[in-house]
Amino acid sequence: MATLVQDDVMVETLLRLGDDSLILGQRLGEWCGHAPSVEVDLSLANMGLDLIGQATHFLGRAGEVEGKGRDGDAIAFRRDVLDFRNCWLVEQPNGDFAQTMARQFLFSTWQEMLFGHLEGSSDDFIASVAAKAVKEVRYHAELSAEWVIRLGDGTEESRRRMVDGLDWHWRFVPELFEMDDAATAAAERGIGANVAAFREDYDRRIRSVLAEATLEAPKDQRPILGGRRGHHSEHLGHLIAVMQHLPRTYPDATW
Amino acid sequence: MVVALDKSALRATKAFPLMGEVGGGERLHPLGGSRKFTPPQPLPIKGRGLEDIWEVLESVPDPEIPAVSVVDLGIVRTVSPKRVVITPTYTGCPATQVIERDIRDALDAAGYRDVAIETTLSPPWTTDWISESGKAKLKAYGIAPPLPAGQRAVECPQCGSIHTEEISRFGSTPCKAQWRCIDCLEPFDLFKCH
Repeated sequence: MATLVQDDVMVETLLRLGDDSLILGQRLGEWCGHAPSVEVDLSLANMGLDLIGQATHFLGRAGEVEGKGRDGDAIAFRRDVLDFRNCWLVEQPNGDFAQTMARQFLFSTWQEMLFGHLEGSSDDFIASVAAKAVKEVRYHAELSAEWVIRLGDGTEESRRRMVDGLDWHWRFVPELFEMDDAATAAAERGIGANVAAFREDYDRRIRSVLAEATLEAPKDQRPILGGRRGHHSEHLGHLIAVMQHLPRTYPDATW
Repeated sequence: MVVALDKSALRATKAFPLMGEVGGGERLHPLGGSRKFTPPQPLPIKGRGLEDIWEVLESVPDPEIPAVSVVDLGIVRTVSPKRVVITPTYTGCPATQVIERDIRDALDAAGYRDVAIETTLSPPWTTDWISESGKAKLKAYGIAPPLPAGQRAVECPQCGSIHTEEISRFGSTPCKAQWRCIDCLEPFDLFKCH
């Protein structure tokens, strides 16, 4: 294996990928034991598990490339909120079940396309994780699209809740397609994806599911950006406090 | 305490030269002094053929579906005299670490301590790698095996009816979905195509 050298663009790319998965995985874990039915509970927990699996790979690798002696756990559990590189969408509160499914639909549809592109990454590690995870994420995208349709084209109440859920998350979608300096550098080197290039495909997919759900796309709102550079909503700090409490209190705890 | 030694074991431990014998099989500690120590477990007198290693691996059950072995599931990718290469089923499958430990224990117990275990992600695991005997074992265990490409009808593993319906896309583990037989009314797991 080639010797790993410290590489800022690579570390940044891995942190962004890993933090998206870690934070959404933690959010889905909050549903455990609270979902509307046991089947839905299992679905949410299993999707969370897939995401945490992705995070384990990406953050573990980030630690190796960074070369500062941190492993994946140290990166997940010993960083403070300003060091997280996830997008705003994944840190948004669960709200009700419709809001959670709206978030999952907007995120998983994007992540499936992203991983589809990353299968061709010039970095073998990223390419192999993407090729493996894309099969799981496809399932997340399908499952959440089915719920968007079922709730949107359901009762008056389920429809209202889905409309509200989509409305809440809509302003966080543009960030998914932001190409800042680090994303551009990663795309130029072939390790990251040029996400801006698949925005149109994404919009088409989203709109076709919304049409089936008899819903209209929410009105475009002022986009919220900055998660990739450490600017987050107040929600992330609370999530991290819960997630990190145990490993920070008992740093050497093992199973 | 006197450590009873099986003499046949002594012959087999060429890799661990005797440090010296005292009385009835009692040995001196290799680091000196008069402490007694338990000698390492004997290596089996066995060829180093790949078939032997495969046989060991076939005895390791999947921790979550113990009816099938890690070989049946296609988790073991390649075997050489120096290493065993395994691949995880799902990215976040919690059984992955248990599987690696179980394989390590089984190899150690069979004397293959110097056979390393490596994990690879690429190419990604697929249910196509589950062996035919693995699929038969899943079915006998009550789990409908993954469907062959193009087949859509899920057969109830209890009564064989194809009059079945999905209850939930996810089941008790990432690799399974929950189904129900409309004829015999039994719920069952379907191993998802992946």
